[in-house]
Amino acid sequence: MAKRKAMSKQTLVINPVTRIEGHGKVTIQLDEQGKVADARFHVTQIRGFEKLCEGRPFYEMPSLMARICGICPVSHLVASAKACDAILATRIPTTAVKLRTVLNLAQLVQSHALSFFHLSSPDFLLGMDSDPARRNIFGLAEAHPKMARDGVRLRQIGQQIIEKLAGKRIHPAWVVAGGVNEPLAVETRDQILAVLPEALQIATGALDWFKTVLDQFREEIRTFANFPTYFLGLVSPTGELEHYNGFFRVVDSRGNIVADKLDVLNYADIIGEACEPDSYLKSPYYKPRGYPEGIYRVGPLARLNIADRCGTPRADQEWAEFRELDRGAVLSSFYYHYARLIEIIYGIERMEQLLQAPDILSKHVRAFAGTNNPEGIGVTEAPRGTLIHHYKVDDNGLIVWANMIIATGHNNLALNRGVLQVAKHFINGTKIEEGMLNRVEAVVRAFDPCLSCSTHALGQMALQVQLLAPDGEVLDELRR
Amino acid sequence: MSQAVRVITLTMDGREISARGDQTVLQVARENNMYIPTLCHLTGLARVGSCRLCLVEVKGINKLLPACVTRVEEGWEVSLNSERLSKYRKSILELLFSERNHVCAVCVSNGHCELQTLAQTLGMTHVHFAYRYPRLAVDGSHDRFVVDHNRCILCTRCVRVCDEIEGAHTWDLLGRGVNAQVITDLNQPWGESDTCTGCGKCINVCPTGALVEKGKSVREMTKQRQFLPYLTLMRERRW
Ligand code: SF4
Ligand code: SF4
Ligand code: FES
Repeated sequence: MAKRKAMSKQTLVINPVTRIEGHGKVTIQLDEQGKVADARFHVTQIRGFEKLCEGRPFYEMPSLMARICGICPVSHLVASAKACDAILATRIPTTAVKLRTVLNLAQLVQSHALSFFHLSSPDFLLGMDSDPARRNIFGLAEAHPKMARDGVRLRQIGQQIIEKLAGKRIHPAWVVAGGVNEPLAVETRDQILAVLPEALQIATGALDWFKTVLDQFREEIRTFANFPTYFLGLVSPTGELEHYNGFFRVVDSRGNIVADKLDVLNYADIIGEACEPDSYLKSPYYKPRGYPEGIYRVGPLARLNIADRCGTPRADQEWAEFRELDRGAVLSSFYYHYARLIEIIYGIERMEQLLQAPDILSKHVRAFAGTNNPEGIGVTEAPRGTLIHHYKVDDNGLIVWANMIIATGHNNLALNRGVLQVAKHFINGTKIEEGMLNRVEAVVRAFDPCLSCSTHALGQMALQVQLLAPDGEVLDELRR
Repeated sequence: MSQAVRVITLTMDGREISARGDQTVLQVARENNMYIPTLCHLTGLARVGSCRLCLVEVKGINKLLPACVTRVEEGWEVSLNSERLSKYRKSILELLFSERNHVCAVCVSNGHCELQTLAQTLGMTHVHFAYRYPRLAVDGSHDRFVVDHNRCILCTRCVRVCDEIEGAHTWDLLGRGVNAQVITDLNQPWGESDTCTGCGKCINVCPTGALVEKGKSVREMTKQRQFLPYLTLMRERRW
């Protein structure tokens, strides 16, 4: 720990110690009086990928994009395939759309299960301030074996569905431009349908339990990125929860719809990207409100805030109860956890609906076409929020330009503000108060940003907190 | 084979074998179910002996000999798979991998590629040479096919099949050494080639993901080679 007495303006840096790519870091700017002035959560965004895919045939993109991220390959696969569909400019067989939807939902279930059970439930069950070395899935397994088992099982079910549909590979190549490359076998469908009831039981059990402990977290609910923002995401044409297709809808903090039925192709009209002077991260904002007033959130919380209902029986009940939490939109980011559980329930119910329809077994699952459109945009709702893939190709179908907006990027402004909220609470002068790390970690985790470190299997994020003077000198440092 | 050919005897990896004197080491080995790795060689096409993967050792001869273009001789003691050979073969593969951009994970030929299979069979685990990472273009101008120079190993199978079997001679080589590249016609986009008949033979003989059908996704490109021995045979009969 390095200390210095005299300072005027300082910066506090929280850095993950891990060397894995895709990590985040938090800097906190102090003003002349030593008070927190600003906070920023930096993510090593996926850069250079435009260069990587330049000159490649567009139909290779889904698999190429799935490789970008080892955490949510399926989400990129699906969004990329949709962008490619747009380049083919042909009608994708409805069964292919449904199969991709099931795959996407299986990814949602397994990702949310990881976030809730493995990463966050130790906080709820063992306490935010318990020993970080034990505040993880292993500590959980000792103290609350059933919860740990349930979490592992639910995630496994999600992963098995992905495997059964797309093959055993970590980076599935089943989803292709124009559809999927193999129809669903009867046996596979039956196997998937057979495990869904167990999954639903686990999910509803967890939600029932979570609702009973919410009261213990009043403090967190009040302070975890709890502020008005817009919420953005996809809804179905009839206003239901939707992760694969649909239109953009934006609601304000009071829950009023401010924009609806926006074609995803015009995403650039509603999403602006601000470049912060000292950051390599772009901060998307809701364009009509400008920057930074256009701060918005995406992901589970946003999706439940923008939808009129979920569209499946059990999830609809839970959704109605959830929306009672606040008068307008549900604002505290602590409720991301709650929203995740509801989405798991929805995902399971929806998969069941889709798989029970007879046309899911149709053999017509792929459309073939050439380069009919020089540009393609694919938008989906990934577990963490709206995912946009946008490509341009030349006459021969080779990529000349690519852009991608990921969920963690959308939430950037809100995450910064959330960290700021915590920092104000826990930073005093040149000292970092105990509990700061745990709270920052928990706030970041509520958003479940796609960072290797945040999904580290062992649970807690490796963090480094640095308090810096305006001249860059380290005033205080905490490491874990 | 008009006149009578001498029958000779030799050993391969210690096994006594009899063969006709006009056969190559590779032919004899294959007839006897003995494995020699090959890459540029393809039965039905002219032999060029360029990849050197089929090198074998013959007792008393200092040089290593390419099995695909070397005739067997009386009394030879040939080893097909010595330590030394395995080292050389692996180095050849490593050079091939380091020369261009082989990212198997995202390659359309992943899982159906001769180069990849050879690397697995011969136990090539590392590339000890620095990768060159050249920036090579993909030519997608043809209606149905694509050439990705990043995956080309310059085996010239495409050149030979196009010339010898299809008779179009669309493909050829341009440049030398590390700068060599396969080209269509007078180095113009494939889609503008006057000679290409669109028969697809080159696609099917290409051992890697360099020549592929358009629109194939990762792992989807499988090649059909059955046509080649059949075509050659039919033409031999008729001509
Ligand atoms: S051509 Fe073969 S070796 Fe090269 S990247 Fe493709 S699969 Fe790998
Ligand atoms: S394109 Fe294929 S067949 Fe032609 S030289 Fe290259 S690797 Fe060989
Ligand atoms: S196979 Fe003999 S040299 Fe290539």
